Amino acid sequence: MTGATKATNVDDAVVPDVPPTDLSPSLSSFDAELFEPLTGREESWRFTPLRRLRGLELGNHGQTGLSYLMTGPATVALSKDAAEQVRDRVIAPSDRVAALAWQAVREVAHVAIPANAVSEEPVHVTITATGDATCAGHVLIEAGANSATTVVLDHLGDGAYAGDVTVRLAQGAQLRLASLQQQEPEGVLVSNINAELEADAQLKAVAITLGGDVVRCNTAVRFAGRGGEAVLLGAFFTAAGQHQEHRLFVDHAQPDCRSDVAYKGALAGDKAHSVWVGDVLIRANATGTSTYELNRNLVLTDGARADSVPNLEIETGEVAGAGHAAATGRFDEEQLFYLQSRGIPRGEARRLVVLGFFADVARRIGIEAVADALVATVEERLSEYE
Amino acid sequence: MSKLEIADLHVSVADGEERKPILKGVNLAIDSGQTHAVMGRNGSGKSTLAYAVAGHPKYEVTSGQVLLDGRDLLAMSVDERARAGLFLAMQYPVEVPGVSMSNFLRTSVTAVRGEAPKLRPWLKELKEAMASLDIDPSFGERNVNEGFSGGERKRAEILQLELLRPAIAILDETDSGLDVDALRIVSRGINHVAESGETGVLLITHFTRILQYVQPDFVHVFADGRIVAEGGPELAERIEAEGYDQFSVERV
Repeated sequence: MTGATKATNVDDAVVPDVPPTDLSPSLSSFDAELFEPLTGREESWRFTPLRRLRGLELGNHGQTGLSYLMTGPATVALSKDAAEQVRDRVIAPSDRVAALAWQAVREVAHVAIPANAVSEEPVHVTITATGDATCAGHVLIEAGANSATTVVLDHLGDGAYAGDVTVRLAQGAQLRLASLQQQEPEGVLVSNINAELEADAQLKAVAITLGGDVVRCNTAVRFAGRGGEAVLLGAFFTAAGQHQEHRLFVDHAQPDCRSDVAYKGALAGDKAHSVWVGDVLIRANATGTSTYELNRNLVLTDGARADSVPNLEIETGEVAGAGHAAATGRFDEEQLFYLQSRGIPRGEARRLVVLGFFADVARRIGIEAVADALVATVEERLSEYE
Repeated sequence: MSKLEIADLHVSVADGEERKPILKGVNLAIDSGQTHAVMGRNGSGKSTLAYAVAGHPKYEVTSGQVLLDGRDLLAMSVDERARAGLFLAMQYPVEVPGVSMSNFLRTSVTAVRGEAPKLRPWLKELKEAMASLDIDPSFGERNVNEGFSGGERKRAEILQLELLRPAIAILDETDSGLDVDALRIVSRGINHVAESGETGVLLITHFTRILQYVQPDFVHVFADGRIVAEGGPELAERIEAEGYDQFSVERV
């Protein structure tokens, strides 16, 4: 890990109150200068094509070209707040790109869900980034105690956007959070979702990545109380030339919490590249932890590459269960033969097999419009590879 | 009336860099309404015949002809062959995760019949076909062959035979791995289709057991990639009594 020793005596830094581990970030700070400039050789950046980030890694983001559209049920308060006003509720960035993004943010899109509020109707935050200049934003989602809501973040446009998201779940809160990446082919996104869960809170965070040139989504979940649950689901379709990277970090810092990670991706076309890194840390005090992470990738054509790296760091012997599975496979010709031998044309057979591959994750998303968007895009992409 | 004609069929499989010849000149003709049994030891080439006719990419036809009602099957893709009226019940039906049996069956029937069946009559047809094969109604929601027992897989294959009603059905070791009760149910399903007179059945097996339930009109004995003996049902009885050894001496 780089920059590990830099934080301790600096004013603005937040040093974790527990001893450092291999997987936990070594530094969290709003001050980007505390983080070393990126070289691309860092462990957490080694897969990312820095040259294609259009300058997101350098900062100096503008305010033009970025728009937020927020809609939602009356029970939820939606506002744009001055960044300094809400800073104490924002989770400090833990890498340079996220910290540079924060420096550029003037207004935070704020979703405040009151305690006990229950809503079927989702909150939608549509984030559109356009133009050549890089831009940055922050979404703060606060779910009050025992509330139950759905929030959908939709990323659109052809711009380069560094987007940080803070998610705070009070005791017993339930939040379904979906982040859709459906940008134009030129779009670049570096997103950092940081979530903190109080006791008995339940977060289901879904990432659906379909568009863009380079998409890098970090999702970090920290349990701040007992009995929390984090279900992290993802589905992506990586087409020719696209780089789609998903990095998960679950910090079991409290006893008796449960995490379940399942990401599935299909890749097709030359230089399609997906990266999945799943880090789970079970700290010494986190007895009774149950965790499982899974990543499956389906490579549909030659020239595509899927990297899959699960990491499990366990510091206690008293876990309820901990496991991971990661596998990348080629398209199964025997499945195609079977379906075709029943008269189903090859293109239709491929469609069935690929949609079948995504079926369990799509079912677990639990947000109909999001699952539908996934299916529709997969069908559209597949039709390009017949 | 349909007719499958296999003439001087030679088939190889890739064996590393080499191509290994398996079928060495097979001649066989089946009419709809007839039931043929192809018998032989494991490794004699019976299954290769089934998969080559169905068009599995692993098998390469090096010479010969397969015609269905005069149409060149070998020039067709796998799915075109099925739509032309060919069906293969596989020995090891493949799992397709995330695809429900009901979705699969309806998609298949739609492709083969050329139009989507109307929903109500289709559900009735499916329900009756499943009941006749002792298949649990919950079966439709399960994924194709996923977690099926050996017996369930074979019954699912015969269910497809019943729904697709092909001109020619090749059943590859459909009897393997079945207990007596399951064998009886599966045989009943095969007979139901065979008795319609619309389907020609080619039953591939190395045991005579299933022939107690499904009466063949013709028996062909396979050894070393070709047919070495042919006859009526009495030939199966001879195999039951004397085994396959009597046929292997004919090797050149």
